Amino acid sequence: MILTRRSLLLGATASLAGCDRLASTPSVREALFSAENFHKWAQRSLMARDALAREFRPDQISPIFRANGTANPNTPAYKALWRGGFADWRLRIDGLVARPLSLSLDQLHALPHREQITRHDCVEGWSAIGKWRGVPLKLLLDGAGLRDSARYLVFHCADTMGAGQPYYESIDLTDAFHPQTILAFALNDRPLSVANGAPLRLRVERQLGYKQAKYLMRIEAVQHLSAIGAGKGGYWEDHAGYDWYAGI
Amino acid sequence: MDSPPASPPDSMGAIVRRHRLSTRLWHWVNALLLYVLFTSGLGIFNAHPRLYWGQYGANFDHAWLTLNRFGGWLTLPAHYNLALSRHWHLTAAPIFAFALLAYMVWSLFNRHIARDLAFRRGELSPRHVWRDIYDHARLRFPTGPAALRYNVLQKASYVGVLFLLLPLVILTGLTMSPGMNAAWPWLVDLFGGRQTARSIHFLAAFALVAFFLVHILMVLLAGPLNEVRSMITGRYRLPKERS
Repeated sequence: MILTRRSLLLGATASLAGCDRLASTPSVREALFSAENFHKWAQRSLMARDALAREFRPDQISPIFRANGTANPNTPAYKALWRGGFADWRLRIDGLVARPLSLSLDQLHALPHREQITRHDCVEGWSAIGKWRGVPLKLLLDGAGLRDSARYLVFHCADTMGAGQPYYESIDLTDAFHPQTILAFALNDRPLSVANGAPLRLRVERQLGYKQAKYLMRIEAVQHLSAIGAGKGGYWEDHAGYDWYAGI
Repeated sequence: MDSPPASPPDSMGAIVRRHRLSTRLWHWVNALLLYVLFTSGLGIFNAHPRLYWGQYGANFDHAWLTLNRFGGWLTLPAHYNLALSRHWHLTAAPIFAFALLAYMVWSLFNRHIARDLAFRRGELSPRHVWRDIYDHARLRFPTGPAALRYNVLQKASYVGVLFLLLPLVILTGLTMSPGMNAAWPWLVDLFGGRQTARSIHFLAAFALVAFFLVHILMVLLAGPLNEVRSMITGRYRLPKERS
């Protein structure tokens, strides 16, 4: 019996090692990575373009909203902005737009808001529910006049990751013009804390947490993602092999 | 004449066709995919080895189960790599779901469900169920043509896995997807929250492992060569009738 168990364990380890070897074969790797295309196609086919993410009641809000990723960008430039209460911070919107914008926090506060209590789902498996307030991205894109050639929006952030490279993420126009896609400056009725992305973060509610870029500095409209970073459309996509479409 | 009785020429029992192609095909596809799904699932679980009930759940919230990370000998890949575990899991999951659907439809049309899996009149009577349990516990397996029919315990476990556990594990998996929550909002209502769905998904996965272990044990006890051959070629040698 011990021998059987031992050989079973050995067998299991050997076949898992076989799977690992398989996964490093280019064609298998490509097949594994292309499942994302199926999921994106299937989900987009099953949902209406503006199908809303679940919104919750105030009593369902997480007592503590867990912050993840960068807890504080801590760069000299960010610290200077933070010390000044973000009065000198500007959000730039440029790239394939007719009228590039540069907006202060006060200007964003003056625009129409949307408030939503939604669930933040981390790729790791945990969830936190919070109440976000911010400006619908659609308003800003309409103001800037997106060119016809624009296909994606790239979000450039103030926090630097491992190699001193700023965080970046991207979404396509379906999500960019979704009614719940907002640039949030408040969480649970308070100005965004540094840990949660002060002064402004993206909320794209039908996707996982790593798409919710924090510490926004610049939104760039582009036609292709190939010129951004290593070309996969986001920091984790480029560095860890995460799916660009994070609806699952 | 006191010569010992001659052994009958067919002492080994007749060879019959037992499992249909659809059952054999699905059995092995299922075995492979569940293996990939379970091991890659544990790799994903390792990213946050805590389970909660309800709509939300993170480190500050109450977890009903907190585990250490599963060892590399159980996870796919063998080292911690959340992205790659997810690629394996999310590639295998839709194939598994559609294979199950195809098998269900196929089994409906070739009458596998009606002939082999549906409970017959009287089978569910306490007396009958008790006798099956009793025979099973004594490892007294049916012989002759009776060995071709599933007993009530087998039927219950196959029906339970096929029509309850596997659909449950698929639906709770879908419930964890924020995109599917927007597409099918009823999923979250059905299970009462994403974190509840994640907990059920985990429990259902281990229930499948429990089924697998009992299944393997029964195959070993009932004659592994004959059983495995019948699942590969379809041919099965009838156990000799007890005299």
